[in-house]
Amino acid sequence: MTGAGPLFAALRQALLASEPVALVTVIGTEPGDEAGGPAGPLPALGAKLLVRPGAEPEVLGRVGSEELDRVLARDAGAALEQGVTVDRHYGRRGEARRHEVSVLIESFAPPPQLVIFGAVDFTAALAAAGKLLGYRVTVCDARPVFATRRRFPAADEVVVDWPDRLLARIGPGLGPRDAVCVLTHDTKFDVPAILSALQTRVGYLGAMGSRRTHTERLARLREAGADEEALASRLMSPIGLDIGARTPEETAVAICAEIVAHRAGARVPSLRDRSGPIHT
Amino acid sequence: MKEILADLDRFLEAGERVALARVVGVEGSGPRDPGAAMAVSESGEVAGSVSGGCVEGAVVTEALEVLQEGTPRLRTFGYSDDEAFAVGLTCGGTLHILIEPLDW
Repeated sequence: MTGAGPLFAALRQALLASEPVALVTVIGTEPGDEAGGPAGPLPALGAKLLVRPGAEPEVLGRVGSEELDRVLARDAGAALEQGVTVDRHYGRRGEARRHEVSVLIESFAPPPQLVIFGAVDFTAALAAAGKLLGYRVTVCDARPVFATRRRFPAADEVVVDWPDRLLARIGPGLGPRDAVCVLTHDTKFDVPAILSALQTRVGYLGAMGSRRTHTERLARLREAGADEEALASRLMSPIGLDIGARTPEETAVAICAEIVAHRAGARVPSLRDRSGPIHT
Repeated sequence: MKEILADLDRFLEAGERVALARVVGVEGSGPRDPGAAMAVSESGEVAGSVSGGCVEGAVVTEALEVLQEGTPRLRTFGYSDDEAFAVGLTCGGTLHILIEPLDW
């Protein structure tokens, strides 16, 4: 590779392997008032750190002082976890609320995950819509007759298992960018799926059902010991935006739109926040 | 960056030096978010984009200069830049673009 150096080589390798990596680039410097102590040199425009997360985060490159680089590596790890690309400003020794050093933290995160419980018609449409939005889609149902690859060609993975057992395995890896949608319509599956999902850090949790199904499900969840505040703050049920969706495909759009709005913090008419029948 | 990786490989394997332009800041309405990347090879081949097509021409010129000089530069493209830049964004936003040699 003529010209390009070790940072680019590591970035390229991580991107090709779909492994999480963050690139920190100095995009501006401005000497500020120094409150005591000798002022170290300011970093150069374009100086970089490459951060690969893990139990022992790997940091390549050098931007400025040891303190600044430590803060940059920490903030790059946090941005990567959120999957966001952000600009940040620091003092030359990593101080917050200073504007001596401006950086862009670029997150290259693996695709977020969408886990769908229930192998129903709505699932096929939601799996396809999830792929459109760039999710890695897993479909899970305990019934082998329904949970087949043939029925869900869009899904990356179709798992025959109970929701709580799948979440015991993959739940620790779920984070703010990921989504869990419970479409089973069956309290025998819904309740363990929601209870387990609430134990994870998943960013979006929605459950399908009519108002009546929802009310009954809430009662069962409370009986099963679900945390009242978690139910109120995290469970989007009935799932989806109130856009008058009827078909599985329209419903998939209503759900995906709610996931996007939820992540963006946009105020939109969710079915959860209204009353009355879902279908008119 | 990921979408131009194959082109970057091609430029580098051909033994060309490459300049990388990235959107590092957007104010107001902008067509691309920070991180949007465009590569320019020293023979003038282009991959990727940093706007909706409004400033790419100017960025190519700057990128070739950067390859000559060997130092990164930060450029701002905006609607109301009347003197410094004849190139503007019709959307009314301002784009900050870092242009640097891909030598890291």
